[in-house]
Amino acid sequence: MNKFTFLKSDRSNIQTVVASGLLLVTISILDVLLNSFFKINLLSFLPSKISFFSPLIIGLIGFHLIRIEYSGNKYLDILNKNINTTTFNAILTLVIIFLVIKALPPSLSWMILDANISGDSKDACTGSGACWTYIKVWFRRFMYGMYPNEQHWRINTAFILVIALGTFGLFATEKMKKYLALYYVFIYPIMAFLIIYYLISGGYFGLEWIETGAWGGLSLTFIVSFFCLIFCFPLGMILALGRRSSLPAVRYISIGYIEFWRGVPLITVLFMSSVMFPMFLPEDFFMDKLVRVIIAITLFEGAYCAEVIRGGLQSLPRGQYDAAKSLGMGYWKMHIFVILPQALKLVIPGICNTFLALVKDTPLIFVVGLAEIAGMLALAKTNPKWLGFAMEGYIFASIIFWIICYAMSKYSYNLEAKYKTER
Amino acid sequence: MKFRLLAYLFFFIGFADLFVKIFYGNIFSDLTEDYYEIANPILVFTPVIFFSIGGIFLKESKVSMSLENFGTTRIKYYSPQFICLSLVVLIFLFFTFNAQMNMENRGIDFGFSFLQQEASFDMQFSLMDYDGQDPYWWAYVVALLNTLLVAFLGIIFCTIIGVIVGIARLSPNFLIRNTAAWYVEFFRNIPLLLQIFFWYYAALRALPLPQDASPLFGVTYLTIKGYYMPAFLWNNLNVFVYSVIAAIISIILIRYYAVKLRDTEGKQLPVFYISLIILIVLPALTFLVGGVSLNFEIPVLKQLSATSYIYDGGIAVPPELIALTLALSLYTATFVAECVRAGIQGISKGQKEAAASLGLNTNQVLKLVIMPQALRIIIPPTTNQYLNLTKNSSLAAAIAYPDLVLVFAGTALMQTGRAIEIVSITMLTYLSISLAIAALMNWYNKSIEIKEK
Repeated sequence: MNKFTFLKSDRSNIQTVVASGLLLVTISILDVLLNSFFKINLLSFLPSKISFFSPLIIGLIGFHLIRIEYSGNKYLDILNKNINTTTFNAILTLVIIFLVIKALPPSLSWMILDANISGDSKDACTGSGACWTYIKVWFRRFMYGMYPNEQHWRINTAFILVIALGTFGLFATEKMKKYLALYYVFIYPIMAFLIIYYLISGGYFGLEWIETGAWGGLSLTFIVSFFCLIFCFPLGMILALGRRSSLPAVRYISIGYIEFWRGVPLITVLFMSSVMFPMFLPEDFFMDKLVRVIIAITLFEGAYCAEVIRGGLQSLPRGQYDAAKSLGMGYWKMHIFVILPQALKLVIPGICNTFLALVKDTPLIFVVGLAEIAGMLALAKTNPKWLGFAMEGYIFASIIFWIICYAMSKYSYNLEAKYKTER
Repeated sequence: MKFRLLAYLFFFIGFADLFVKIFYGNIFSDLTEDYYEIANPILVFTPVIFFSIGGIFLKESKVSMSLENFGTTRIKYYSPQFICLSLVVLIFLFFTFNAQMNMENRGIDFGFSFLQQEASFDMQFSLMDYDGQDPYWWAYVVALLNTLLVAFLGIIFCTIIGVIVGIARLSPNFLIRNTAAWYVEFFRNIPLLLQIFFWYYAALRALPLPQDASPLFGVTYLTIKGYYMPAFLWNNLNVFVYSVIAAIISIILIRYYAVKLRDTEGKQLPVFYISLIILIVLPALTFLVGGVSLNFEIPVLKQLSATSYIYDGGIAVPPELIALTLALSLYTATFVAECVRAGIQGISKGQKEAAASLGLNTNQVLKLVIMPQALRIIIPPTTNQYLNLTKNSSLAAAIAYPDLVLVFAGTALMQTGRAIEIVSITMLTYLSISLAIAALMNWYNKSIEIKEK
């Protein structure tokens, strides 16, 4: 290795080594950059196979040269520590940089530069890029489904009212805080249901009756996940307590229930709610499809909720139970005042994950014929006037769902930090 | 002891019941008319009920009256249980009664005899021979195999991607760490159904038509109509299979011997290389000695009509399967990656340092100290994810991949109109897969548990 002493970098020749190393890295990145953005190949004089790999090789030599431990330069040390620890790491670093540079121009030009958003028919889309006109024209359908256009204010008002009622807890005074749990578990769901029933469904107060078949789009996603979310939590709590009960019959019923729902896929549950469940009801008893779906998802997610809450109950030290019992508390008093408040705090992240899964599961109601956003996309995709824009539609829906779910998961981290108590 | 005997008795009755129901139809249909009318729909579930009663007895035989209930009065102990049980029974009876009335009104009778009828629908893709003249039960088996195929492929790919991403998330390299983190955040926050739709309707539709496709790796073609691969034509396949089995058995023996050698004499055998050599050499020998030979059937472009082309010969992987496998593995890999990360992070630094101070090298530290402990944390949640993947594979119905849900709970249900029977069979199938894996997992967990005093 003595031959290559000039390649061996240390602090003595730092000036030359760093200068030449950075130059090589810059050349390699510049080559890829020019190649992908302007179709200029700096190294075209080399044979094609070598010129394909040449940026990698040049960049690698450059990274090798600047890999100096304790160089004394703060920025160089940070660089080396983070992306240039070994040769293998340097290769991966270069590959990632190159891939990003290579992928940028086509995706940029597809999504923004060559894309169209003007106009209101397919003819406006002439470029080779995405046709956002499609999203613009169908936007209301994706949001509200087949709900009549002039009635959309009803959905908006209902949502605003429900959210406003939900923020009630933030303004509660010390005196009212005692009743907050009662409010959120019993009063709030009923009020929300009444608001949604009277405002969105209509039929009263001079509002036009709109059947649930016409509901759809993202608003339906919200309605379904909201109700399932509200109802599955108490159900899960009861089941979790049942599974931890010392009474064998209660315990086995809970275990059977939880394991049954956790063992089947949601899609078969939805199939059951739409084809098998009506057989189990009296003949003249009609239940709306949407209600059936909400019940099905609630029963399904309740089992998952129960397992999460059970985890929290199990992680409480036994001393808490013993202490509560020794104070003379009965079963319910012990759980409501001592066990559950502590256990529920512990399971906040788990519960949030369950709710996240619930929101992500709602597009599945598409299989029983409810046109939620995935269903509306399928409808728009097959519209003869708007053929061939599947990509735009799915990207749009994915972005919306990603924002919702990402925000929820970040919020759950905040909640977790907020309720963290010293143990 | 009494309880245990009762448990076995109930298991036996359950099995006998199931057996009779599958092969001879409903045994109870010969009973009196009145009984038949009330109880018929509930009879589907009798094997399940027998099994669960047996299970309860088995469990109770191990646990006697626990200390928890010491001092509780009898009334407090029995009345809630009685109320719960009667509630459940009432709900069941209500549903059964309604189902009975509804079926009577619609003139449907109940039973599984339809499974013997001719299915008379076609499946686009199947692993076994299937055509419309086969009975429904064969359609069920073929569809179940399709489901298991997609689950199997998904599990393999999601494990590969998940392990790589999970390790990458702990990389010292800033770029790799963040790329992996963004991959996880991106793919797990988009509903799986949308991802499947995206791959199937948007991404795979952008592939070339069969006549325009350029070969991938020389002999395979990725087209809008699917992925065409050469098929393997074996001579004396059985000899080859025996040689592979022999290789696997010898590897297991060598591993066992290596562990023994390590424990008794402290010597390390290069087990991995030895296994690799055996796995390559033994099957290769059969080509030279055993008369095994392998030919490839390469797909050839064939014209169907003026504009329609197709590849003939070889193996055709339908686009539905590709889209489903891609979406399932990319989605589940994010969760597997998190499990892997949590497992590796869960090992305290002291373990690594202690192992290094004993003089083990980096590979030995990883193999003998870190991995055995990390796997203990990684495997249970990962199995859970595999189970989720298997259940999620039922989304295949949305893009018309002929899996259990689409074929059986979809087409067969439409044709026969037997909602209760078919939905129950479908749910019980998934349930038994889940419970079987869960039972396996519990057993595994017990066996690797750290035994403390």
